[in-house]
Amino acid sequence: MRYLPLTDADRRLMLERIGVNSVDDLFVDVPASARLPGPLPTLPKHLAEFEVERIIGGLAAKNLSAGACPSFLGAGAYRHHVPASVDQLLLRGEFLTSYTPYQPEVSQGTLQSLFEFQTQVALLTGMEVANASMYDGATACAEAVMMANRITRRGNALVSGGLHPHYREVIQTMADSTGFAVQALPPTISPVEEIAENIDQETACVVVQNPDFFGRLHDFTALAEICQSNGALLVVVVTEVVSLGLIKPPGAMGADIVVAEGQGIGNALGFGGPHVGLFACKEKYVRQMPGRLCGQTVDADGRRGYVLTLSTREQHIRREKATSNICTNSGLCALAFTIHLSLLGEEGLTRLAELNHAMASTFADMIAQVPGCRVLNESFFNEFTVELPFPAAALVDKMAIVPILAGVPVSRLYPDNPELENLLLVAVTELNQIQEMETFVQLLKVWL
Amino acid sequence: MNQQGRPTRPTGGNAISTQNGLGIAEPLIFEQGQEKRCGVDLPPLPEFRERLGGLRREGTIGLPGLSEPQVVRHYTRLSQMNFSIDGNFYPLGSCTMKHNPRLNEKLARLPGLADLHPLQPVSTVQGALELIDLLAYWLKTLTGMPAVAMPQAAGAHGEFCGMAAIKAALAARGETRIKVLAPESAHGTNPATAAALGFVVETIPANAEGRVDLDVFKAKLGPDVAAIMLTNPNTCGLFERDMIEIAEAVHAVGAYFYCDGANFNAIVGRIRPADLGVDAMHINLHKTFSTPHGGGGPGAGPVVLSEELARFAPLPFVVRDDKGFRLVEHAKDAKESIGRLKGFHGQMGMFIRALAYMLSHGADGLWQVSGDAVLNANYILASLKDVMTASYAGPCMHEALFDDRFLKDTGVTTLDFAKALLDEGFHPMTMYFPLVVHGAMLIEPTETESRETLDGFIAVMRSLAEQAQSGNVELFHEAPRQTPLRRLDETLAARRPVLKWTKGQPK
Repeated sequence: MRYLPLTDADRRLMLERIGVNSVDDLFVDVPASARLPGPLPTLPKHLAEFEVERIIGGLAAKNLSAGACPSFLGAGAYRHHVPASVDQLLLRGEFLTSYTPYQPEVSQGTLQSLFEFQTQVALLTGMEVANASMYDGATACAEAVMMANRITRRGNALVSGGLHPHYREVIQTMADSTGFAVQALPPTISPVEEIAENIDQETACVVVQNPDFFGRLHDFTALAEICQSNGALLVVVVTEVVSLGLIKPPGAMGADIVVAEGQGIGNALGFGGPHVGLFACKEKYVRQMPGRLCGQTVDADGRRGYVLTLSTREQHIRREKATSNICTNSGLCALAFTIHLSLLGEEGLTRLAELNHAMASTFADMIAQVPGCRVLNESFFNEFTVELPFPAAALVDKMAIVPILAGVPVSRLYPDNPELENLLLVAVTELNQIQEMETFVQLLKVWL
Repeated sequence: MNQQGRPTRPTGGNAISTQNGLGIAEPLIFEQGQEKRCGVDLPPLPEFRERLGGLRREGTIGLPGLSEPQVVRHYTRLSQMNFSIDGNFYPLGSCTMKHNPRLNEKLARLPGLADLHPLQPVSTVQGALELIDLLAYWLKTLTGMPAVAMPQAAGAHGEFCGMAAIKAALAARGETRIKVLAPESAHGTNPATAAALGFVVETIPANAEGRVDLDVFKAKLGPDVAAIMLTNPNTCGLFERDMIEIAEAVHAVGAYFYCDGANFNAIVGRIRPADLGVDAMHINLHKTFSTPHGGGGPGAGPVVLSEELARFAPLPFVVRDDKGFRLVEHAKDAKESIGRLKGFHGQMGMFIRALAYMLSHGADGLWQVSGDAVLNANYILASLKDVMTASYAGPCMHEALFDDRFLKDTGVTTLDFAKALLDEGFHPMTMYFPLVVHGAMLIEPTETESRETLDGFIAVMRSLAEQAQSGNVELFHEAPRQTPLRRLDETLAARRPVLKWTKGQPK
C-alpha cells in the first residue's frame, strides 16, 4: 500500500521489541465485542492511483463546471481569476503540510504570512485590527454577533433584510442554540430600510451588508452614529471582497466589526468551500475577538519575529470561559488570499474592481434594454437584481440547458417569499465576456 | 543574514539539521512594494456608466505593489522557514500529522469539482452531490452509524453541531438538562463548546490508569446530565476500556454520549463507534483522512449521528430520489433541523481529498492504517520508556504519553526538551497537553512513518534524555540554535500587541 512504509519484516521486528505477538494484542483494551474480525466487507479494497482518478474523475465529469460555459452566479461566491502562481505556492509542502504554528521557531513562514494577511484585511476593511481568519463569511458573521453580545452585555441582534440569507440563518441557528434574540427585517426590494427605527436599548448589534444581498450599495455612516448613541455595535458584512477595491470601506463609515467572505481573492468557488472568513474590528475590542491572532515580537537575539498571541481568549487555554470554541482557522485559504492580493497590490486590486464594475454596468445596460426586464438597482458593484415577468427559476433552468449559468434566482434562497419569485441575481466578473452577455440577452428576448 | 554582534548563535552545529543554509530574514511584503508595480495584467476597461452611488473609495488602500517574480520569491522564502510533514517528522500528539497524498490535491483541483458554484442548478452538479453522498456512505459504514451531518468546517464546529442536536433532542422530549460531563483530559474545545451552548461543564477526574474514574463518573450521573463528552481513544493515548459501560450508564439516565473523534485514526476500519454506544461523533477529515492541515486550516468536521439525533441534523443535506440527487436547504423541509451552521454546503474541497484517501486505502488499507499507527506509537513507547517516564503502562493506542519526571532536578523542562528537538530537525511532540500529567509530552507518529525514521527519532530522544540527566543543561537552554529565529518572546507579544504592519514602523 503506497502510503504505508512498514513492511511485514518491520512489523515483526517492532512487535518483538514491544513484546507482543501481534498487532491485535495492542488492542487488548478494546472490548472484544467491539473489535471487528477483519476489514469491513461492505467497503471496497484498496485501489491504484489511476483507479481512484477514474472514479473521482467520473464524478467530476457529471458536473457542468462554471468555467465551461458563461456564468453569472454570485450571491456570496464569485468566480474570479486566480493567478497560476497562487496555487503553485500553496502546493509547497512547507505551507500545505504544516500545522498551526505553535512552535514559532519553525513556523515563521506561516506566521509572517498571517501577519501580512491581518494587515491586508485591516487595510481593505479600513479597520484597526484583523484576526488570522475564520471558517467562512457566514460563521464569521455569527461570531461577530456573539462578540457584540459580550461587549454590550445585551442579547438582541437586529439584522437587515439585505443580509445574505445564509448568514442570517447561521445567526439564527447560533441564537436558538446559545440563547440570544434575533430581529430579522424582511428582505425587500425597496431601497429604504427602516433599520434605525428598530434599534432600542436591548440591541447589541445591527448587522448590515454592503453591497447588500440584492447588490445595492449603502453608506452606513449615519446608521453607525445612531448605533453608537444607543450603545449598540454596527457589524458590516461584505460577501464580495473585491468590492473593497473600489467602494468606501466599512471602517470609513464607522463600523465596529467588519466580517467578509474572502473567497473572491485567491480562492476557487469549490462548490462552496473551503472559503475564508475575514474578521476585523476596532482595536479596543481585540480581547473579545474570536479566532487566532498573530502578533509581532522579538526573539532571544532581538530579531523581529511573529507568534500566535492573546491566546488567553482561546479554548485551549480558557476552556469553558473562552470567547469562542473555535480552534481551526482557514489558514491555507488565507494564504491564497494573501498571495493573490500581494500580486494585485494597490494598482491591480483597484483595476480589477473597476473592471468588475465596468463589465457589470455594461451588462445591466444591456438587460435594461430588454422589454419586460427591469434592473432594480440604482447602485451596485458587480452584482444586481433583475425583475423578470415570470419566475426567475424557470429562466435559470432553461438557460442551464444551453448551457448558460444565468444567475441565482432569489427563490433558491427565499423559497417562501412569492414577492421575490421573479427576481434574478446576476453577477459579472472580469471573467465574463461581452459576447456571453449578448447571447444571454438574445435568449432573454426570445423567451420573454 | 546579518549576525554581527550575535555570538550566541553558533555557526557550526551539533545536529543532523539541514536548515543552516536557509536562515533567511525576509522583509514583510509591505516593505518591498513600489508604487505602479503590479503582479497581474488586466485588459482595458470598456466604456461604462458608473453606478457606485457616490460611494467610490477615497485615497489609497495602502497595499504594496510587487511583480510576480518578487511575490513568488517572497512566499517561497517564507515557506522555507516552516517545518512540515513533507520535510520533517512531525509527531505532534492529538493532531495526526500523516502524509498528505498529492493525488488528493490533484483531484480536488479538477475543474469539474473545483470550478463549481454552490448555487448552480442541482441538475448541473449531480456528480458533486453524488460525491458527498458517497463520502457520507464511507463515514457511516466506518463508524456503523446511521446518519452523518456533513457541512461543519472543523472539529469544534462539529462538536457544536452534535451538542446542539443533543440539546434539540432534549428539548423535543420537553427536558432541560444543564450539565455536561467531560474528563479533565479533554480537548479545550469540548468545555468551550458545551459552555457556548449554555451547559455547565463538570469535570471528571482521571484514575491512576489515565482513564475516566468510573465511580466518580457514575456518582455525577443524574437526571440533570445532558451528555458526556468523551474522547476515545482519550488524549492520554489510551482506550477507555469501560466505554460500553459508560455508554450504558449515560443512556440509563436519559443522557447522550458525545464522542470527540479527534483520535479516530487509532481505530479507523477496526472498531466502529456505534458498537461502543456512541450517539454522536465528529470526524476531523484533516486528521484521520489526511486532508492537509495547511498551517492551521481549513478543516472539515462531519458528525455521525444516531437514528434519534439524525432528524436534528443541520441544513443543508443531500438526498436521493427517483430524479437523482438533490439538496434539502430550507427549514420548511426539515422542521426539526437545528438549522444552518455555515454558508453553502460544506467543505467540498476537503470531501474530495478525504474520499480519494478512503478509496486509495480501501477497507483493507484502513485496517492497516490503524494497525500501523498503533504499532508505531507502541514502538516508540517501548523504545523510550527506560530513559523517559511513560505516564501510563502500555499498550497505548496511536500516541505515546510521557511526562517530565525523568527531567526532575535536571534544570531542563519539557519546553527546553522540545526546543532541543528542533535543532535535530524534528518537530516536537505536543507539549503540556493533556493537563492530567505534569510536563506532558504526547508523541503521535502516525502510520506514514517508516521504522528507519522512528529509529532516528528514538536515537535522538534517548541521547537528549541522557544529555539532560548528565547535566548538559546549556544544550537545552540555548536551544534552538539552528532555526531561523530562537525562542520568541511571547509575553512581549501579548503585553503590547502588534497585530499588523504600519507605515514607518521600525523593522
